[in-house]
Amino acid sequence: MTEVNLANVTKDYGSVRAVHGIDLGIGDGEFVVLVGPSGCGKSTTLRMIAGLESISGGEITIGGRLVNDLPPRERNISMVFQNYALYPHMTVRENLGFSLRIAKADAAAIRTAVRDAADILGLNELLDRKPAELSGGQRQRVAMGRAIVRHPDVFLFDEPLSNLDAKLRTQMRVEIKKLHQRVGNTIIYVTHDQVEAMTLADRIVLMRDGHIVQVGTPLDLFNAPVSTFVATFIGSPPMNLIDGTATDDDTIRLANGLVVPVPASARGLLQAEQKVQFGFRADNLMPAGHAVQEDGEMAELDLTVTLTEPLGTETLLFTDVAGTEVQAKMLNPRPVRPGETLKFHLMLDKCHVFDAISSQAIRS
Amino acid sequence: MTRRRLPEWFVLLLPAIVVIAAVVLIPLIFSLYSSFTPYKLTRPSTLWRWVGTYNYEKILTDAKFWAAFGRTVLFLTVVLNLELLLGLGIALLMNRVTWGQRTLRTILMFPMMFSPILVGFQFKFIFNDNIGLVNNVLQSLGSDAALPWLVDGRLAMFSIMFAEIWMSTSVFAILILAGLFAMPRDPLEAAKVDGCTPWQTFRHITLPFLMPFIYIAMTIRSLDVARAYDIVQIMTGGGPARRTELLWTLMSRTGYVDARMGLANAMGYVSILLSILFTIYFFRKLSAARAEIGMAG
Ligand SMILES: Nc1ncnc2c1ncn2[C@@H]1O[C@H](COP(=O)(O)OP(=O)(O)O)[C@@H](O)[C@H]1O
Ligand SMILES: [Mg+2]
Repeated sequence: MTEVNLANVTKDYGSVRAVHGIDLGIGDGEFVVLVGPSGCGKSTTLRMIAGLESISGGEITIGGRLVNDLPPRERNISMVFQNYALYPHMTVRENLGFSLRIAKADAAAIRTAVRDAADILGLNELLDRKPAELSGGQRQRVAMGRAIVRHPDVFLFDEPLSNLDAKLRTQMRVEIKKLHQRVGNTIIYVTHDQVEAMTLADRIVLMRDGHIVQVGTPLDLFNAPVSTFVATFIGSPPMNLIDGTATDDDTIRLANGLVVPVPASARGLLQAEQKVQFGFRADNLMPAGHAVQEDGEMAELDLTVTLTEPLGTETLLFTDVAGTEVQAKMLNPRPVRPGETLKFHLMLDKCHVFDAISSQAIRS
Repeated sequence: MTRRRLPEWFVLLLPAIVVIAAVVLIPLIFSLYSSFTPYKLTRPSTLWRWVGTYNYEKILTDAKFWAAFGRTVLFLTVVLNLELLLGLGIALLMNRVTWGQRTLRTILMFPMMFSPILVGFQFKFIFNDNIGLVNNVLQSLGSDAALPWLVDGRLAMFSIMFAEIWMSTSVFAILILAGLFAMPRDPLEAAKVDGCTPWQTFRHITLPFLMPFIYIAMTIRSLDVARAYDIVQIMTGGGPARRTELLWTLMSRTGYVDARMGLANAMGYVSILLSILFTIYFFRKLSAARAEIGMAG
């Protein structure tokens, strides 16, 4: 069983604190993704788990064993690096077998392990090449192969796909997910790309400025963001946010005087005259006749389209609500000209309210 | 009548051609020619007597020449290997220093800034058996033997090697340090995660990456050491009784003291073979090492 536990883990670089007391429990076989904007301390956290950075405070345990002062080689982990970090002077075969060779495995065992890894990742044709003779995607595969030959307790990935082009990235994403289903090890995966996080994770850990902002399943974070930061970071396009003020009769007055009812989840939690941000996703603002059929409370708005982004199965419509640019989604799209005014349905049950000062969600 | 004009490229290259001819080609041809004559500086007319390969035949059977040749090879081997080990050690230590590294690097270069002649004098004093620093220190530590550092053949060879290594280890150190600076950090970390101890990381990852830098330093230093002259000349003059005679001290003795320039030039051509062989050897190693770490070209 290989759980990974972080208890109040901090990292200081000189007088700068890069990671502020993180608590995180990762279950055996779980796929956890650390996501957040660049510079938020994801890599630092991962590297502390790997043993490549010292731990300034707190405790890290892997499989119940305190590893704070153990070198990487005694933690039984593998890591895939952003720049692949292949050994340039070794062939693919030697790269794959290196960790086993260091562990003094016998030659036959190394051959078998290398062949198995090469089979899984489709590297059989490339075994005798040097890294310099491989494409980016192939190098990435070798880096992953090198991580799996050893059957480590935990896999660590640090932005493994960010150097690949979009198409290859999607492809490798699927392969990583398959790999996890196949080997079932604990995986901790770092990325700044929320799509990767959403598609791969059993659980997402969203970080910002060295703090954990929210932990939960992809749908938790998507449906119940704890703050405007989560709401705009997770999901594409980001959640629309409009400034408003709570009134005393369960409505919110938006900037231009438009009044909308308080969503059920926040009803009774607002004080009169409280400054709030009213949030909804593009999927919840749809033109009449081009929306998903749903019951529940709706508000009707007449809005003028300023810009369209056709995506095939849907079209993103840019429009303006209460002086703020927002995005709406049109299903079964028909051509829309900028300047056209359409009747939109806003699904109130799916809307969110955030406190304007603390940016925290107001939700029962 | 049409004047034939020289092609433009030739005219443009002419100054360079003239200079190269004057400083390289003519001396080269002259010295090669004179190695086939019994040319003596004191009797210029001997330059016009052709003796064929007489000088070369003489060298091939000359025990003194081969002794100097062998000693030079020994000198090269010992000095290059020790400089490599020391330079590697210094570079690895320097690479760990985080504070004041620039200053240290400059200090490291100091020995290279001295004229070899001065280095020779300095060590001649240090190893002097009467008034030298080493013997004084030894005596104040209670030893009463005055070691004949520059008189005993073995000790003298050691002293010269010591001076040479003192002066030039920094060539290795600096080039290897440049290699360490250029070294990507990722593979080192990957190796740590893959289970390497610090020694294994060095052995399997760092060292292969440094090999091209080491071979460049080897090539430069092998050419340098193969023509070692100044330090030896100052410290022992090739003595005592030729026991520290290297190729170049032998050549200068033959050419200028014995005035047998034709013979000396022939020796020069034979000994250049040594340098060429070393250079070819190290260049081979260099391109193999570069190909190895994927820097092919
Ligand atoms: N070696 C270092 N020295 C000083 N500061 C560092 C070092 N490595 C990272 N940092 C700082 O720590 C913070 C977190 O960095 P990092 O974990 O790499 O972020 P990311 O989430 O993009 O992976 C950043 O502000 C970065 O500037
Ligand atoms: Mg990072």
